[in-house]
Amino acid sequence: MATQHSRSAARIMISPAVVLLLAWMIVPLVLTVYFSLLRYNLLMPGTERFVGFLNYKLFYQNPAFWTAMLNTLLLVGGVLIITVVGGILLAILLDQPIWGQGIVRILVIAPFFVMPTVSALVWKNMFMNPVSGLFAEFSKAVGLAPFDFLSQAPLASIIGIVSWQWLPFATLILLTAIQSLDSEQMEAAEMDGASALSRFWYITLPHLSRAITVVILIQTIFLLSVFAEILVTTNGGPGNASTNLTYLVYARSLLNFDVGGGSAGGVVAIILANIVAIFLMRMIGKNLDA
Amino acid sequence: MGRITLDKVTKKFGDVEVIPPLDLTIEDGEFVVFVGPSGCGKSTLLRLIAGLEDVSGGEIRIDGKPATDLPPAKRGLAMVFQSYALYPHMSVRKNIAFPMKMAGMPEDEQKRRIDNAARALNLTDYLDRRPGQLSGGQRQRVAIGRAIVREPAAFLFDEPLSNLDAALRVGMRMEISELHKKLDTTMIYVTHDQVEAMTMADKIVVLRAGNIEQVGSPLELYRNPRNTFVAGFIGSPKMNLIDGAEAKKHSAETIGVRPEHIDVSASEGTWKGRIGVAEHLGSDTFFHVHDTGLAETITIRAGGEVGLHHGDTVFLTPQHDKIHRFDSKGLRAA
Repeated sequence: MATQHSRSAARIMISPAVVLLLAWMIVPLVLTVYFSLLRYNLLMPGTERFVGFLNYKLFYQNPAFWTAMLNTLLLVGGVLIITVVGGILLAILLDQPIWGQGIVRILVIAPFFVMPTVSALVWKNMFMNPVSGLFAEFSKAVGLAPFDFLSQAPLASIIGIVSWQWLPFATLILLTAIQSLDSEQMEAAEMDGASALSRFWYITLPHLSRAITVVILIQTIFLLSVFAEILVTTNGGPGNASTNLTYLVYARSLLNFDVGGGSAGGVVAIILANIVAIFLMRMIGKNLDA
Repeated sequence: MGRITLDKVTKKFGDVEVIPPLDLTIEDGEFVVFVGPSGCGKSTLLRLIAGLEDVSGGEIRIDGKPATDLPPAKRGLAMVFQSYALYPHMSVRKNIAFPMKMAGMPEDEQKRRIDNAARALNLTDYLDRRPGQLSGGQRQRVAIGRAIVREPAAFLFDEPLSNLDAALRVGMRMEISELHKKLDTTMIYVTHDQVEAMTMADKIVVLRAGNIEQVGSPLELYRNPRNTFVAGFIGSPKMNLIDGAEAKKHSAETIGVRPEHIDVSASEGTWKGRIGVAEHLGSDTFFHVHDTGLAETITIRAGGEVGLHHGDTVFLTPQHDKIHRFDSKGLRAA
C-alpha cells in the first residue's frame, strides 16, 4: 500500500462498502430527524404536517423526561460500577490455578448467552417474585416479610438483573488482560517488598486500565439502550420509577402512537449518548493511546 | 554484608528433582556467576535464593540467619530480571522509587538515593520518561537502579544481558563489573554465556542438571577443569576432547587440548591434517582441521593473521604440558 497508484486503487475498492454502510446509518438517522419535526400520530393518519420543534418541546416538558434521564444515567452508572468492580474481583479469582478451572470459567460466562428477555423473566418470576420467588422463600425461612423487589426498588432490581448479564463480559475481558500481565513484573514487585494489596494497586490495576476502558466504553453503548429487561419486568413502573430514555421513547411512539414525539425522544437519546461518549473519551479515552 | 550459605538445598517440581542436595557458600562481596547450559537449574537456584520459589529441603542462610522461610522482600536481596520487569505505567523515577516507597522511606531520603543512582547509571536525563521510551540498555540500567537504591545485602542477576545486542552486552558487562567494584556488594549472576562468566566472575559455579560440576575462579576452571564437561564448557572456542588411541598414548581415556595450546606448522608436527573452515578475525585465526587420523575435528587458534586457507595441509603439535587427561568417568586424572 505504498505507491500513489495502489492507494487510489484501494480507495476505489473499499468505496462500495463505505457507501453501503454510510447509507445504512444516514437514512434512518435522517428519517428520524425528519419525523421528529412532524406532527405524526398513527391514530390520525393523513394529518402529518410540519410543526418545527414542538415535539421536542413537548418531550422536554413531559414530567417523565427528567426522571427518565436520571434513571438512564443511574442504570448505566450502577451497572458499570458493579460489573467493573465485580469483574476485576472475579477475573483475579478465575486467574488462580484451581481444580476444574475450565468448567468454572464456562459457568461464569454462561449468563452472557442468555437472552435479556429470558433472563429478566427468570429473575422476575423465579427469584424476585414476592410470593413464589426464591428470595421470598429465604426471607420467610429466616422469619422476615418477603421483599417485593420490582415494586419497592424497581430501578435497583433492574440494575441487578442487567449487571448479572454483563458481569461475564467484563470478567472475560479483564481475565484475558490479567493473564497477559508479565509474571516477572509481579515477582519484581514482590522482591521490592510490595504486599499483595500494593501489588494489586500499583501493578495489576494500572495494567488493567486499558481493558477497563474498553469494558466501560462498550458497555455504556449497550446500557444506554437497555429496554427488554424493563419491558418484561416493570413496564417502566411503578409510575415512572424504572423508565429510562429508551423506554420513554417506546411509550411515546408505540403506546401513545405518537411517532413524531417518539422520534424527538430518539434524537434526544442520540444527543445524550454523544454527550456521555464525549465525557467518557475525555476522562478515560487517553488510556487507549500508546 | 551478604554471605549466603546453601545447605543441602533441594528443589522438586512434582516428582522431578531439578536440584539434588546442593551445598554452596557465597562469601560477602563476591561476584559469583552460575553458568551452565539451558535447563541446568541455574535460574531455579537463583530463584530459590531470592525466595521466589520454595525449597523442597535444606536450608538457606543469609549472613548466618536462616532465610529459608522468609518472604522475598524480607531477605534483603535485590533482583534484576531477564525481561527487566520494569513497571510500564510508571516513570523511571517512580520505578526506581518503588521499593523505597514500599518500605515507607522518607521522601527526601528517597530523592537523594534516586539522584545518586541516576547519576551513577547515567539516567539523570531520563528520570521522567516511561520505560517504553527507553532503549534496551537504558531499561537495563533502570532495573539496576531499582536494585541499587535498596542497598541490598546481595544483588541477583538473572541473565540480564541476554536481551541486548552484542555491542551493548559488552558495554553493560563492563558497567556491571565496575558497579561491583564500586559497591563491593555480593552479586550472584546467572548466565549461559561462558564469556560473561569468565570476564565478570570472582568465582564461577558450573552447573549441569542441578549438580555443581565445579566451583572456582575463572582461571582455575580454565587451567584445571575437574571433568570433561567443565573442560568443554569453559573456554572459547571449546577445548578439543580426543578419545581413543591418541588418548591411550597419554594413558588416559580422554585427553583435552585447548585450541590455543596447539602449534601450527606447514612442514612438521604430530598430527597432519587438512584445513576445513578457516575463520580469519584479524586478531585471531581459527582453523577447523579434518583428516588428522583422529575421530574428532580439531579446532586450533593461531594468533593474528596467518596465511593458511581452506584446503591447505597443516601439521599440528599439542603443547605437551597443556594436555588435560581424563579417566573413563570423565574425571580429571592426576
